[in-house]
Amino acid sequence: MQGNIAILGYGLSAIGPGVGIGLIFAAYINGVARQPEARGMLQSIAILGFALAEALAIFGLVLAFVFK
Amino acid sequence: MSFSPLAAVKTESFEPPNPQEFYQRFFGHGDWSFTRPMVLFLVVGVVVCTFLVMTTRKAAIVPSKGQWLTEQVYAPIRNGIAQDIIGTKEFLKYVPLLFAVFCTLLLSNLMSVIPFFQFPPTGRVAFPIALTLFVYVIYQAIAFKRKGVVGYLKSLIPPGLPMWIRPMILVLEIITYFITRPVTLALRLFGNMFAGHMLLLLFITGGEFMLLHQDGFQYKIFGIGSFLMAVLMTLFEILIEFLQAYIFTLLAATYIADSIATEH
Repeated sequence: MQGNIAILGYGLSAIGPGVGIGLIFAAYINGVARQPEARGMLQSIAILGFALAEALAIFGLVLAFVFK
Repeated sequence: MSFSPLAAVKTESFEPPNPQEFYQRFFGHGDWSFTRPMVLFLVVGVVVCTFLVMTTRKAAIVPSKGQWLTEQVYAPIRNGIAQDIIGTKEFLKYVPLLFAVFCTLLLSNLMSVIPFFQFPPTGRVAFPIALTLFVYVIYQAIAFKRKGVVGYLKSLIPPGLPMWIRPMILVLEIITYFITRPVTLALRLFGNMFAGHMLLLLFITGGEFMLLHQDGFQYKIFGIGSFLMAVLMTLFEILIEFLQAYIFTLLAATYIADSIATEH
């Protein structure tokens, strides 16, 4: 078996953002279920949070290719 | 990647797609070469300019079909992003920037799935970096112009902190504003487009390899499955492409709003 160990780093760095994005959208769904009329406002906040939480996974992906 | 030795006697081994394949040179050498993403980005520029000029030159109260389409894109950017985030007072100045960024990004991301183009220019890191530099220079210039150097640094520290913790917060905030924000803005777009395109390449080349270059019943089934996954991932990609263009614009608006705001 052969491969690049940096890819494992990407796998590890994807754990945190995975949990984080799950929490963000869980909160978003909760919010919309409780108050459907707030959907438009919550949506942009949820997507903003998603984008920020995703950053770590993206770093992992890029570094996996950098340290080849 | 090696497939089982069951049937692979006469076939060559499968080469998974690698990042080097994203560098597609037409002519020229080294730093001055003319590449495929450059051609696609030129096409994007020409198409966006022509379309927007054509649909808005004869703007009417009762819109034509093209004008309606442009307005459908323009309205969420103007009202949903600029007005909500930058504030009703002076958002209008920044709408052209945000709208231009959104249109350019949307079309260049969608180039990934439009037949015959099928390559996202934003999957090469230079294009996100250039766009980010544009936004970066603008939001830093606004902040320095509005607050001055001392005022800008002061505005980075939240009020009401104890004295001894302020230097540490200042260092952290300077790193955030000057390094983390632009880097993540560029890499987020690049990473999503690059990874998505790579995934499509992997499913399609892998499916083609298993269907055509491998003997054995099980490979045909896996090959068809791989192609079905490619179709599914294409749909997912389209969603991601819209989302990334939106997120880039949203974050640009957030950073500009941060530069304008007087309090932290």
